[in-house]
Amino acid sequence: MSLNRDQIDSIAHLARLSLTEAEIPVYQDSLSKIVDLVGQLDAAPTAGVEPMAHPLPGLAQRMRPDIVTERDQHELYQRNAPQVEAALYLVPKVIE
Amino acid sequence: MHTYTLSELAKKLRAKEFSVTELTQALLGRVAAAQPKLNAFVTVTAEQALAQAKAADAAIAGGQAGPLTGLPLAHKDIFCTAGVKTSCGSRMLDNFVSPYDATVVEKLGAAGMVMLGKTNMDEFAMGSSNETSFYGPVKNPWDLGLVPGGSSGGSAAAVAARIAPIATATDTGGSIRQPASLCGVTGLKPTYGRVSRFGMIAFASSLDQGGLIGLSAEDCALVLGAMAGFDPRDSTSVDVPVPNYMAELDKPLAGLKVGLISEFFGGGLNADVEKLIRDALKVYEKLGAKLVDVKLPALPLSVPTYYVVAPAECSSNLARFDGVRYGHRCRDPKDLMDLYKRSRGEGFGAEVKRRIMTGTYVLSAGYYDAYYLKAQRVRQLINADFRRAFEQVDVLIGPTAPDVAFAIGAKADDPIQMYLNDIYTIGANLAGVPGISVPCGFVRGLPVGMQICGPHFGESRLLNVAHAYQKETDWHTKIPAAFAAEKLS
Repeated sequence: MSLNRDQIDSIAHLARLSLTEAEIPVYQDSLSKIVDLVGQLDAAPTAGVEPMAHPLPGLAQRMRPDIVTERDQHELYQRNAPQVEAALYLVPKVIE
Repeated sequence: MHTYTLSELAKKLRAKEFSVTELTQALLGRVAAAQPKLNAFVTVTAEQALAQAKAADAAIAGGQAGPLTGLPLAHKDIFCTAGVKTSCGSRMLDNFVSPYDATVVEKLGAAGMVMLGKTNMDEFAMGSSNETSFYGPVKNPWDLGLVPGGSSGGSAAAVAARIAPIATATDTGGSIRQPASLCGVTGLKPTYGRVSRFGMIAFASSLDQGGLIGLSAEDCALVLGAMAGFDPRDSTSVDVPVPNYMAELDKPLAGLKVGLISEFFGGGLNADVEKLIRDALKVYEKLGAKLVDVKLPALPLSVPTYYVVAPAECSSNLARFDGVRYGHRCRDPKDLMDLYKRSRGEGFGAEVKRRIMTGTYVLSAGYYDAYYLKAQRVRQLINADFRRAFEQVDVLIGPTAPDVAFAIGAKADDPIQMYLNDIYTIGANLAGVPGISVPCGFVRGLPVGMQICGPHFGESRLLNVAHAYQKETDWHTKIPAAFAAEKLS
């Protein structure tokens, strides 16, 4: 199966990725090949097979009590942020 | 002292043949000398290492040393280290200084181990050749024109070149076992959930597992005991007691049932590699093991299954890199959408973008059932194949990789060829079972690894089976010529 340019644009938009003009044909080609590769699954006999939810049989995702376990360390954490003011993360204006 | 295994180093430190500080200084010298050749490290933490060494020397002098006190290691740069850059091989995190330690880092630090630095890796652990790293490819110590494998290529190259006696690593589709095979060292991927993933930057959460690359199964056993165990901070961590992995290392193998996966022999497997695996199997027969052919009919579908499940989980996990809270931010974003798109477009490399887009596609409206649910059903079949196999046999043995190391650049433009490097390793990740790659010979002067897989939480047996082979053979003791001398030029 071959993915067209519009499909690549739409996937890149959904993934929030800007692509350069030069990247688009490269991903068109390789994603098409990957879709062909995973297309091998179509022929697998899976009628009545439950989708696997966890690699270890009988185990499910564990829940923890809904209690606060972290202490406030926002200053430490925000040291990695590109732009912070008054302990708030800054982004370009969202509401005019 | 660079040629000693961890177990040997532990004895010599206790016998005070040399101090932890002397050992650390010697290895830091090797790290620096090898860096221009191998590019195995992203960050060298010399100052912290010497401080940890000093503390370890004091503990030894004061009689408070544990079994791992003073033993040096390197951490794959996917494990968060407090106050130290944690890049995950990506431009996205080139400026990221972790505010906390991963559980693995914390545990091994508390056990007294000395961190030499952070090893290079494929970007976000996506790759089988270490060529996708933002910091450039790692070179294979056996031939600097070849790849070391990936994604834990820096860890494998560092251990093979004897610049670190052991290193942490992670394995989502073969990222511990395949580079261990290509570099001639021992690589252990434990059972899914055995080692905490807290602070280990996530790629595919139902597959990722932390483990070790070392010089022997014995060394891996020594460190795994301190690394494994339940962690309430990782919701996929499993609450199963940690056995003493050293206790069963020397158990005789008489009566061991070894399964050979029919689907793994022939096909794309290099005939010389196959011969070495068959030779290794003869060693097991000599030790009293019985060989049994087993069939895992769904296993040939593991590569397509993986390339739905792993990218799907990757696209979701990597959504956190938004240019807002941490990581790369583009210059002068004109609005929020532009900020997201350009920060991510610039911060991620080509392969990571490919996986994010593949994942986005297979999860998108109208395709979810056809791809993701279908793959999860096939994954159930693969899991059932392994379960049935382990009802008949104790371990499965086969090749780790279809061939020896390849040239840098040879497969870089062909993602499908690259993905097929992991054809023998991906099954264990899909089924969550442990696997170990053990050196078993050379083809054209390049190392070959044999893979041994066991049932869930069967690490003790796996290490026992690998150790028995290493007592009979010396492949794991071979050192690449360029790194054999104590003093590197």
